[in-house]
Amino acid sequence: MILALIHPHGPHINWAALSPLEALIGGSVIVLLAGLLRPRLIREQVVPALTLVSLGATVGLTIWQWHAHVAAISGALAIDDLSLVLTLLFATAGIAATLLSWRALAPRVSAHGDFFALMLGSIAGMFVLVSAQNIITLFIGLELLSIPLYVLCATEMHRAASLESGLKYLIIGSVGSATVVYGLALIYGATGATDFSAIAASISHGHSSDTLLLTGIALVVVGLCFKASIAPFHQWTPDVYEGAPTPVTAFMAVATKAAAFGVLLRVLDVMLITERSNWKPALAVLATITILVGNVGALGQASLKRMLAYSSVAQAGYILAGVTVATALGARATLLYLVVYLLMNVAAFAVIISRERSTPYGDDIDAVAGLGSENPLLAWPLTIAMLALAGIPATAGFIGKFFLIDALVRGSYTWLAIVIVVGSMISLAYYLRVIAAVWMRPAPGPSVAAAAGMPVIAGGSPEADALGAPQIELTVLAVVFAAATLFFGIVPQPLFDLVQHSANTLGGAL
Amino acid sequence: MLSILIWLPAAAALVGALIPARRAAGLLALGGALGSFGITIGLIAGYSGHSTRLTHVTNVVWIRSLGIHYALGLDGLNLFLVAMTTFSFALAIAAANRRDWDRSRVFFLLFAIAESAVLGTFLAQDLALFVAFFDLMLIPFYLLLGVWGGPNRVAATLKLVIYTFVGSLLMLAGAIALAILTSEHTGHPVSFALSTLAASPLHKGTQEWIFLLFAAAFLVKMPAFPLHGWMPDAYREMPVEVLAVFSGVLSKVGAYGFLRIVLPIMPAASVHFQTLILLISLASVLYGSAMAFTQTNARLIAGYSSVAQLGFITLGIFAFADQGAQGAVLQMVNHGLVVAPLFLIIGLLAARAGGSDDIRDMGGIAMRAPVLATCFLIVTFATLAMPGSGNFVGEFLILFGLFKTKMVFSVIAFAGVVMASVYALRVFIRAMHNRAGPRVDSREMSFRDGLVLVPFLAAIGLFALYPQLQLGRSQKSVTSSISRVVALTHPTGNLFADEPDLGQ
Repeated sequence: MILALIHPHGPHINWAALSPLEALIGGSVIVLLAGLLRPRLIREQVVPALTLVSLGATVGLTIWQWHAHVAAISGALAIDDLSLVLTLLFATAGIAATLLSWRALAPRVSAHGDFFALMLGSIAGMFVLVSAQNIITLFIGLELLSIPLYVLCATEMHRAASLESGLKYLIIGSVGSATVVYGLALIYGATGATDFSAIAASISHGHSSDTLLLTGIALVVVGLCFKASIAPFHQWTPDVYEGAPTPVTAFMAVATKAAAFGVLLRVLDVMLITERSNWKPALAVLATITILVGNVGALGQASLKRMLAYSSVAQAGYILAGVTVATALGARATLLYLVVYLLMNVAAFAVIISRERSTPYGDDIDAVAGLGSENPLLAWPLTIAMLALAGIPATAGFIGKFFLIDALVRGSYTWLAIVIVVGSMISLAYYLRVIAAVWMRPAPGPSVAAAAGMPVIAGGSPEADALGAPQIELTVLAVVFAAATLFFGIVPQPLFDLVQHSANTLGGAL
Repeated sequence: MLSILIWLPAAAALVGALIPARRAAGLLALGGALGSFGITIGLIAGYSGHSTRLTHVTNVVWIRSLGIHYALGLDGLNLFLVAMTTFSFALAIAAANRRDWDRSRVFFLLFAIAESAVLGTFLAQDLALFVAFFDLMLIPFYLLLGVWGGPNRVAATLKLVIYTFVGSLLMLAGAIALAILTSEHTGHPVSFALSTLAASPLHKGTQEWIFLLFAAAFLVKMPAFPLHGWMPDAYREMPVEVLAVFSGVLSKVGAYGFLRIVLPIMPAASVHFQTLILLISLASVLYGSAMAFTQTNARLIAGYSSVAQLGFITLGIFAFADQGAQGAVLQMVNHGLVVAPLFLIIGLLAARAGGSDDIRDMGGIAMRAPVLATCFLIVTFATLAMPGSGNFVGEFLILFGLFKTKMVFSVIAFAGVVMASVYALRVFIRAMHNRAGPRVDSREMSFRDGLVLVPFLAAIGLFALYPQLQLGRSQKSVTSSISRVVALTHPTGNLFADEPDLGQ
């Protein structure tokens, strides 16, 4: 209202439709300010709690706006099913990440207020990104999403790996952003429009094989592929995932990926839908490379975080396949897989973080050896998460893959479906290795370093000796998300209902 | 009703897993398995076999958006396989109760989930549901082998999972392609219901590549030569109680899949690849028999003999003659009833031979254990299809059916029958008679061992004396299952069409 008074001729703003964004940005400011207060209790307990409240409010407001179909701020943002489903997903990922970092080291060394405020800011960026309806908003969203993440990766300041991770992500991410903005500029040059639908209309009026336009499209797609860690633009992923504080890794793995695919759906299936005969084959090739590179790369990893990083590359390939077919069914399959992907990854990361804090092995696969007899409450969620990632029936992962393959076959991309199947076969080898470690190996003996309370040695986790308290929230998180993975594997209809209308607002041809 | 049958074991074991008492898990799992067996007895009694229609049909929408139904149904084709499954699992769980397992609650939970998954596979009437159960089956066995298996279990699990899961995933792709292509062909919404798919067969070329995907999954599961690479390791390391059902029941799923899915839905492709599958089966018979004859590990002998037996069963199915398919279904049940006690007996023998499965370490066990020897002898005779045993009837029907349509294969397959008697008797003699091995400490089997083994022997005896119990009920369903391929082969296409057809 105030803004409207200051700029009486400004665009009409639908505050209700934007309410999830307001909750995020408002929460971010409040959390930042609360983090400045002195008492430890406030910094360590109240700040994360406020973050949760803010995210909870976002979820509530998102549900309040459910089935809205609104063009807000003169059509710069579209609040529709696609953006609302994804916002729900981001907020859930945010809640999970907040719980994961509640007692983590990263917020403590970098000030709680900053850490959580940055996370909320990043989620706000995701909201803007996936709701964007013109190329300017798209870029603003992209930057608002990325810049907090660069900082978050480096929040464990005393640890070189974390700093390296942040720096690497900053450089690669900036290259990606620069590529996107250059591509957007070229597209603007070719079509003379910034609005997605105007660009689409312009393309269909005879610019479709313009070199300028094609170069622009290629650059935008490549830039977004950096964000979504699509091979061959994925090389940063393992290093950044391994170095970043694990809660941040979990957040990046699920939320950032979902945002990147959300915007890919918008860009490709709305703005460039009339150009699809040109980008479909290219994307199909990229998806194939990604699936193979990710799965083969994950085979030899001893670090669970690196393994999950490569696995996330492979999964990105599956999801990209859903984008590739450029059908409404494909878009729905993509979204559904993103939801499923969130469930299974959060469960896995919760267990990994818990083990990082209670064993001296960091994120090495040794950390989960013998978990089956030691702590079944963590062993089962990890097992379920791995089975789901591999796509075993009775888990949501199976449903996700089934739907993707279904969409691919109907979209005449049967060969890509076969690639997914082949990828899943390869992936079994490394997912089952984790399960084998959990159930079939004895726990490694207590290491000398841990027993003597020595400083952490190379490869060990800095969190191991810092914390010994029971991590109830991690166990709860793992159990809840694993249970959801199982539940939606057996009763998947709610997931289908969730994504049912999300493709309605995509390109008219869908 | 069928849902209760499927889920009762898993539900009972889940309750058992949540109760802290130590023995409760095993006993509840046993209770659940016995409950399911009780239900199947009722189903057999109530099934007349007068029509080919499915009975006790459950059909509810499972995933609306994908057209997947939770559809179960019972007919003559799966009735006795289900009965054999519940019977074998109940006894195997009973046998497992005799031992103290590390983390026993998880063990019995997985065991029971395995039973539920197998039953689901046999009863599913929706292709997607079938695939889901088929894949799900693997996980409990993977963990049972991996956690409670022998020393080389980890390598064994890896092979097992990679082989079988690759097959399963191929089948998954094939199933989805089948349903979608059929719906495009007919213009109806996508449906995975087996009856819908069978009603509108696809173009022959399409059928052929989908056939290969399914055949890969089923042949690996059996296992058939040359896709049996996972078998020796897995059989060597698996706990015998688990192995008894694994070999007795799971191997039948592949053969069942051919009868239930491949022949009715892809008849043209089945005819096209008939010779290929017959060759693979024949190779399995000969290779399995030869290997069984040369191995010294008793488990592997039984394992390779299973390869040979499954080869026979596949020969019967792909003979495309009523008698062959009848014999195959009969033999599936018979083989399950024979091989499960065989593995349990091998477990008892190994316990008396210092823990070794090698028949060179056994010997002379019969002297102190006449009852055990008698049980073993009965099982051995059944394995080698002695006239008078149910297996004899089964093998006879298979070879008779095959003789009618593919005489050459039948003649060669007879060699397998002869070899079976050689290797089966060889194990018996080496283990029970001969000089006692150095570490043999023979003793009679206990009363509780008898409680497990005697029902198996009784069942073997029942089917030996009265195979009509099954044949009468399954005949119509089996005939209808192969009717399409028979219709395709008989007018033309038969390699031996100009030779006199002995069956007519």
